[in-house]
Amino acid sequence: MTETAKAITPEIIACPDESVAIPVERVAIFDERKDQIHRIGEGAFSMACNRDSLAGAVSQRACVFCGSRVVLYPIADALHLVHGPIGCAAYTWDIRGALSSGPELHRLSFSTDLQELDVVFGGEKKLAKALDELIPRYEPKAAFVYSTCIVGLIGDDLAAVCKAASERHGIPVIPVQSEGFKGNKREGYLAACKAMRTLVGTGDISDISPLSVNIMGDFNLAGETWIITDYLNRMGVEVVAGITGDGRVDDLRRAHGAGLNIVQCSGSTQDLAKMMRDDFGIPFLRVSWIGIEDVAESLYAIAEHFELTRPELAGNMVERTAALVRDELAALMPQIKEYRRDLEGKKAAVYVGGSFKAFSLVKAFRHLGMEVVIVGSQTGTEEDYRELAAICAPGTIVVDDANPLELAAFIKEKDVDVFVGGVKERPIAFKLGVGFCDHNHERKIALEGFIGMLNFAREVHASVMSPIWNFVPRRELQNSKPALNAGEEA
Amino acid sequence: MNDTAVLNPVADNPVIDSPGNEYKGQYNGPSNVSTTNACKLCTPLGATLAFKGVEGAVSFLHGSQGCATYMRRYIISHFREPMDIASSALGEKNAIYGGGPNLKKGLLNAMQKYGAGVIGVATTCLTETIGDDVARLLIEFREEFKDLPLAELVHVSTPSYSGTHMDGFHGAVKAMADQLCVEKAPANSRVNLFSGMVSPADIRHLKEICRAFGIEPIILPDYSETLDGPALLEYENIPSGGTPLSDLRSMSGARASIELGRAISAQETAGTSLSGRFGVPLFRLGLPMGIRETDSLFAALKSITGVETPRELALERGRYVDALVDGHKYVSGLKAVIYGEEDLCIGLTSFLAEIGVTPVLVATGAKNRNLAAHIEAACGSVLRHQPIVREGADFFDIVEEAKTLSPDLLVGHSKGQRAAREWNIPLLRVGFPIHDRFGGQRLLHLGYRGAQSLFDRLVNLVLEKKQNDSDIGYGYL
Repeated sequence: MTETAKAITPEIIACPDESVAIPVERVAIFDERKDQIHRIGEGAFSMACNRDSLAGAVSQRACVFCGSRVVLYPIADALHLVHGPIGCAAYTWDIRGALSSGPELHRLSFSTDLQELDVVFGGEKKLAKALDELIPRYEPKAAFVYSTCIVGLIGDDLAAVCKAASERHGIPVIPVQSEGFKGNKREGYLAACKAMRTLVGTGDISDISPLSVNIMGDFNLAGETWIITDYLNRMGVEVVAGITGDGRVDDLRRAHGAGLNIVQCSGSTQDLAKMMRDDFGIPFLRVSWIGIEDVAESLYAIAEHFELTRPELAGNMVERTAALVRDELAALMPQIKEYRRDLEGKKAAVYVGGSFKAFSLVKAFRHLGMEVVIVGSQTGTEEDYRELAAICAPGTIVVDDANPLELAAFIKEKDVDVFVGGVKERPIAFKLGVGFCDHNHERKIALEGFIGMLNFAREVHASVMSPIWNFVPRRELQNSKPALNAGEEA
Repeated sequence: MNDTAVLNPVADNPVIDSPGNEYKGQYNGPSNVSTTNACKLCTPLGATLAFKGVEGAVSFLHGSQGCATYMRRYIISHFREPMDIASSALGEKNAIYGGGPNLKKGLLNAMQKYGAGVIGVATTCLTETIGDDVARLLIEFREEFKDLPLAELVHVSTPSYSGTHMDGFHGAVKAMADQLCVEKAPANSRVNLFSGMVSPADIRHLKEICRAFGIEPIILPDYSETLDGPALLEYENIPSGGTPLSDLRSMSGARASIELGRAISAQETAGTSLSGRFGVPLFRLGLPMGIRETDSLFAALKSITGVETPRELALERGRYVDALVDGHKYVSGLKAVIYGEEDLCIGLTSFLAEIGVTPVLVATGAKNRNLAAHIEAACGSVLRHQPIVREGADFFDIVEEAKTLSPDLLVGHSKGQRAAREWNIPLLRVGFPIHDRFGGQRLLHLGYRGAQSLFDRLVNLVLEKKQNDSDIGYGYL
C-alpha cells in the first residue's frame, strides 16, 4: 500500500513567496459577509459559516426542500410527490444525472399543484386524493411526500395524511418535513435522512455478507455509484444499498444489514449514518470518490476496516486493494501526464455545494499541475474551511456562501483559467471568458473514481485549451499587452 | 372546442407506445387531482424574466432563498447567461414575524451593492400567505431611506398558487406601466410594444421591423441584450441593455401601443392601463407567427405610421411564400401536437395550419384562457377541423391523449422530449425552456423571417427522420 501511495503522492506545488504583493483590488462587496471570506496568510484563520444567506445578495444556495429533494431524488422506485404550488416540482423535474439500472419513476415530477382555495381551506384532501391517484397508477415501492413553504404555513397535517394513505395502499408513505424557509440545504438533508430512517431496518438481512457496505452520499450521477461498486466488488466487498445512488426502497429496508457505512458528501447522508450507528451499531467511514489519493485512501480505509474487524473473512483485502489501485493507476497516470503537459501552471477556482468536494478537487488539480486560487462552498463548516486553508497556498481566497458579484470579482482578481462549479456559476465564468468544468448534479460525465479523474482532466483540458479564449475580451487585452509593455520599457 | 371534430386517427398509423411511465390505463381526458410533469411554471418566474428587461433593473423575489435559486438555475439553463435574482431570503422567524425587515435589507443591498436603478419585487407563495403587504413595505422603505438615492421600486403580486408564469410575466409588465409610468409624457413619435414572453432574437427582430416602418419602438420588456449579451471584459453587476426608465416614462405620450397575445386580450394589461389613463391607442394582436398574424402586425404598423410595408420585409414575405411552395409536400397532412404557453400555442397552431400541418391537440398548463376560441379566431378558414384543445393540462394528460391521436410531430419546448423520443417522432423545439439543445435564446419565431426559420427547421426535421428511417438513406430528398 505504502509503495502505491507514494507513487501517487503529488509533487507539492511551490508556494508563492509570501512577500509577493497581494493584488491591489480588494473584494469586500458586502460588509456583512467580510468574515465569510478569508485570504490564506492574512491574519489568523477565522470564518463565520452556516449563517442565513444575506438578503439581497443573490446567494448561490437553495432551501430546505432542495436539500431533501437532492438526497432522495435518485430513489428510483419511489414516488416523489411534492406537496405545494407547482414551482417546486417543476424546477426539480428530471433535473439530475442520477442513473437507475431499473425503474425510472424518479425522473417524473409529481405535484399537488396547490391553488388559492387549497391555501385557504387546506390541502390535506387534495394530497390524499393525489396519492390515491398516483400510487395505483405507478405502483411504487414507497412514496415520499415533500412539504414545501406553504404547507408549513397552512398547517396541513402531512404525517396524518401519509399514515392514512400508507394504510390504504399498503406501502410506506413517508412525509419529508422540508418546508423551504426553515433553514438551508443542511436542514433538508436531515429531513431526508429522517425520512429514509423510517425504511431502514424493515427488510430481511439474513443473506448479507459481513463484508458489506452501504454507499452513502453518492448519487450515481453518470453511473458513478456503479464505478465505486465495481471497485468494491473487486475487493470482495458486497454493496447492500446505494444511498441514494441507483437507490431502491427495498435496498434501504435492508441497509442495516451492512457491515459498514461509507459516507461521501459530508452533509447529505451523514445524519443517517449517525442514526444507523446509534440504532444498529454500524460504524461509518467518511470517504471521497473524487481525485486520486482520496479514492485510493477511501478504498484502503474500507479494506483496513474489514481486515481489522473481520480478519477471518477479509483475508488479504488490503493487498487486493493495492493491486486494484496499482492496475487503475498504471492505466491512468500516463494519460494524466499528457494532459498535465498542457495544463501545468494554470490557475483554478473551485466553488461547489459541499466542502468535501472542494478538498478532493484541490488535490486533483495538483495532479494536473494546477493551483487552486479560489475555493469555496455553499455549506461548509468553519472546520472544513480551516482544513482547506491548511492545504491551499497563501493568497488563496476561501469563501463561504458566495454570490455572483464576489465570484466575478475573485475570478478577475486571481485571473483564473478554469472554474469548477455548477449551473449558476457557469455563466459568470463564461461571461468573463474563463473555462469551466461542470461539477454538479446535472453532470453527464462521471467524475468519481480513477476513471473520473481521467474524465475530469479531459474536461478541464477541453475547456482550458480551447482556442476560443484568444477571442474573449480578457485574453485579447492580455495578448495585446506584452507588446505595449515592451514598448514602454524600451 | 368540440371533441367530435377530432380527426380520426388514420388506420395505417401504428399505435404508439406508452412513453416512459408504466401507466397503461384508458385515458379519459384530463381529470386528475395530481399533476404529473407540469406544462407550466410558477407565477414569480415570469415576473423575474419581465423585470430583467428593464435597464438597470434587478429582479427581486420576496420569499425564501430556494425560489430565487431554482428559478435562476432554470432560466440560466435556457439562456446560458447570468441571471441574478435577489431574494429577501426569509427564514423561519421572518415567516412568523413578517418579512418586512429582510425585504428592506435586501432592497438596500440590491441598490447599494448592485447599483440597481430599478428593483422589481415579486412575491412568492410564502410571503403572500404570511400576508406581507409589499406595497406598504415599499412606502415605508422609501420613507426610511429617503436620504439615499433610491432605486425605482416596482412590485407585483405573484403567488405561485395562482396562475402560471405567464400571469407573472404579464402582471409584471402591467405593474411597470402602472407604477413607473404615472405622468402624462409629452406626445412623442414612439410606439409602445408589449411583445410578451418571446425570445431575445424575436425582440431584436421586432425592433428591426418597427425601424423599417420608421418607428423607434419602446419594447417592454426588452431582455434582448440582458439575456443574450456579448462576452465581456468587466463583469457587469447588471447587464447592459433593457428598456430605459426614461422610455418607460414616455410610454404615456406614445403614438400607440401594440400588445401581442390573443389570450390576454380580455384582461387588464399594460396596454389597457396606458389607454385608460393616458388615452394611448391600443392595438391588441396575436403573436405575429406565420403569414396572417404577421400581416396583422404589419397592418397595424401601417395604420399607425401610414407607411407601406417596406420592400425588404415584403421580400421576406415573398421568399417565405416561395419556400412554402417548395416545401409544402414534405409537411402536408402531418398531425401535430402543440403544447406550452397559451399565446405561443395560438401562434404555432395558426402557423402550422397555414402550412398544411394538421394540429390535432393543443394543450397548455394555464386555465381559463378561452384557448379554443382564440385558436378558432386565429386560424379562421385555413383550419378545416378544430383540434382538441386542453387547458390545465400536464404532460401526463398530453401524452395520454396524444397517444390516441397518433401524431407525426410535437411542437413545443424541451419538455416534450421524452414523448418524442419514445414515439420516434420529431420535436420542433420552440419557446421556453430549451434545456436540451443549444441556442434557445436565439430561436426566432416571429415575423415572416421567424416563420421561415420555423418552416426550414420543421421540414429538415421531417427530412432527417425520413433519411434516418430509410433503409437506403436517400441522397436526394
